[in-house]
Amino acid sequence: MSEASFKFEETKRSLFERLFESPAIGKMSPVSKVVAYSMLIFWSAFVIFPIYWVVITAFKDADTVNSGPYFIPFVDFNPTLDAWHTMVNADPFCDGYAIVRQLSLLVYNSAIYLLSPVVHLAPMEPQICKIYQTFTNSIVIGISSTFFCITIGSMAAYALARIQYKPKFGNIIMFVVLCIIVIVTTIYAGIPWYIASAVALVLFFLLARSLGKHFTATVGNNDILFWMISQRILPPIVVIIPVYMMYQAVGLLDTHLALIIIYAVANLPIVVWLMHDFFAGLPIELEESAQLDGSTRFGIFWDIVLPLTRPGLAATTLLTLILNWNEYLFAVFLSTSKAQTLPIMVAAKNAGERGTLWWEMCAVIVVMIVPVIFMAIFLQRFIAKGVLLGAVKG
Amino acid sequence: MTEPKRSKVTNKDLSYTESWPEWFDRHSRTFFIAPAVSLILIFAIFPTFYSILFALSRVKFSGTGLKFRFVGLDNFLNEFTGPERVHFLGRIETISVIGWLFIVVVLGAVIYWLYKSYKSGSSWIGMIGRLISASMTIFIAWLLAGTLLSGNQWGTLLTTLFYVIVGCSLQFLIGTALAFLCSQPIKGKNFFRVLFFIPLMITPLGVGYAFKMVLDITKGPFQPFWEMIGLKNWAWSSDAWASRWFVIVGDSWQWIPFVFIIMLAALENVSRDHVEAAQVDGASSVQIFREIIWPQIVPVAVTVILIRMIEAFKIVDLPNIMTSGGPGIATESISLHSYFVWRSNDMGSSAAVAYLLLILTVVVCSSFFNYVVLKQLRKAKA
Repeated sequence: MSEASFKFEETKRSLFERLFESPAIGKMSPVSKVVAYSMLIFWSAFVIFPIYWVVITAFKDADTVNSGPYFIPFVDFNPTLDAWHTMVNADPFCDGYAIVRQLSLLVYNSAIYLLSPVVHLAPMEPQICKIYQTFTNSIVIGISSTFFCITIGSMAAYALARIQYKPKFGNIIMFVVLCIIVIVTTIYAGIPWYIASAVALVLFFLLARSLGKHFTATVGNNDILFWMISQRILPPIVVIIPVYMMYQAVGLLDTHLALIIIYAVANLPIVVWLMHDFFAGLPIELEESAQLDGSTRFGIFWDIVLPLTRPGLAATTLLTLILNWNEYLFAVFLSTSKAQTLPIMVAAKNAGERGTLWWEMCAVIVVMIVPVIFMAIFLQRFIAKGVLLGAVKG
Repeated sequence: MTEPKRSKVTNKDLSYTESWPEWFDRHSRTFFIAPAVSLILIFAIFPTFYSILFALSRVKFSGTGLKFRFVGLDNFLNEFTGPERVHFLGRIETISVIGWLFIVVVLGAVIYWLYKSYKSGSSWIGMIGRLISASMTIFIAWLLAGTLLSGNQWGTLLTTLFYVIVGCSLQFLIGTALAFLCSQPIKGKNFFRVLFFIPLMITPLGVGYAFKMVLDITKGPFQPFWEMIGLKNWAWSSDAWASRWFVIVGDSWQWIPFVFIIMLAALENVSRDHVEAAQVDGASSVQIFREIIWPQIVPVAVTVILIRMIEAFKIVDLPNIMTSGGPGIATESISLHSYFVWRSNDMGSSAAVAYLLLILTVVVCSSFFNYVVLKQLRKAKA
């Protein structure tokens, strides 16, 4: 048997067969290869072209943009740095010292704030470069909001994957009723919001303690998880006006903190959804043995669970960071000048009295998309490993 | 029998001073979940109820702040029967014969579906849910018949549904097709994968402006082409349907990568053995896709559509940038409608419109989730 040899016979195949049938398992026939590659290349062109056009427009001047399409730099038109120059030169504070100035402003103003009970000094006026300030705003808001959101979201996701919660259904109803009472008394009866909400909060805890014993219906972990994830359905336009009012009441409008909090809330459902899946997939034995050794829950979470989910954590972080970086609707409602982010600056180039300043706008867009493209390449590597797939399946 | 001796251990002996870390650890179940829950309660649930009150009031600016006057359901009725009706629902005056026919067909189908689920014995909660979905379907069918099928103007409700339904199906089809191509044995798979993924990560604002530039008739890169086919003096904003497709192109460019990347992962998870066995048996690739691959990826597919739908209902940046909702209100989504009303300082109506969007989104998405996604997931588990 071992000496049996197999002969491959070259079967005669017509041209048609050779073109349309695959030569071997796991290979493609020539025609389908041609079709597949041409479709892929067509789509690549469709994906690249708008990006390419934005990039080259950022290096055009007003005349080149307005006199019709020019495609290739150095051949069709001479690339200029006009857009970049105006972005920097139009602002008297955008020079080599922009960073130093902003840092000293920060230090000086915080010192003044700390000294304000003792001596009154006028805070320094923000003499800072607009593009630089906007860029740092975007970075600061994006990163801190991502950090905030990931911390809170992964803690909640871990808790929902490992600890049994049984909130009483009656307490939830009670909370909602108290919420509505607070709103009604604040806006129709004119009671200050802080008094109303403090009274309601105290009432809620007292009632939950006393009445809560009589409620029997409870909701489980899956209900809480579903509730958190389903917050993503909520269109931002529904909550944005009340949130605006709330921020106005506590004086948070046009600050970094306002945007950081609201971005974190907007992305919390995604973080909880993705992270819950990773945590639920971990073997529980590790945590149990650590618990026997006397670790605290936070210790287990920090030392064992988080390092184990590092790829998932990285992917979720990148995704949240990109979503925060691109956010527009909340930013346009809640920030006017000090906390302005890059998307607002892009949109602002549209409203000039000279019409849309395409070349300047494109320069800002390029500033926005370059970091994102690098992040996307990293993120793609995680997603390719099926990081998102598990959550989608579940 | 003597009474059992009472234990000498008093409460004082049992309690020992708990250190802070121990107390912290004992309550860790609360500390783990409390921040997330309270954030959502304060910034999502509370504002949602707050905005009901906005929607039920006439809001006026006064010297000290806002003044609320309770007006009941007036803001909502305005959208359905009052002066805002054309804006929200469209112009429904006469319904053509085709329109009536369409309504009757949809009505029949819905009643048959309700009857069938009643016979199969679903719970009363399930029946209430089905009744809500059914009435929403009939309402939308009536709208469609009254506007599109009778040649009348659309409102923002149907425009939003157009973005959701046409946009989602287009993106799903193209995204899955691309994923299927990339799952074939081709060279440069990683390159295509990274490249096709990038548009998703670009800010919607940038996408809007980029497409506004690229598809510009007089200054855009296709200007020679437009001139060749005689559209030199034409503009996207001159035609309602062209503008709607214009928005869909931008939206698809951005969101096809999302479908693509997840469907590709799903396709690569399909076991190669089954596919190769079928190939050896001489099955055609259409058969293989239909009989082997599709049943395995269908749970992921419906979930992707659901996620995409949820996001599609919120569309606001693209129509705002590319067409500013024009011509007229042809490309205005409900979010944008609410935003424009807010800008004209009518906060009550704005909140009412936003609330109607919330109701529409919840009903459509949960119908899809209950009747399609859950069914497929159950089928996959069985």
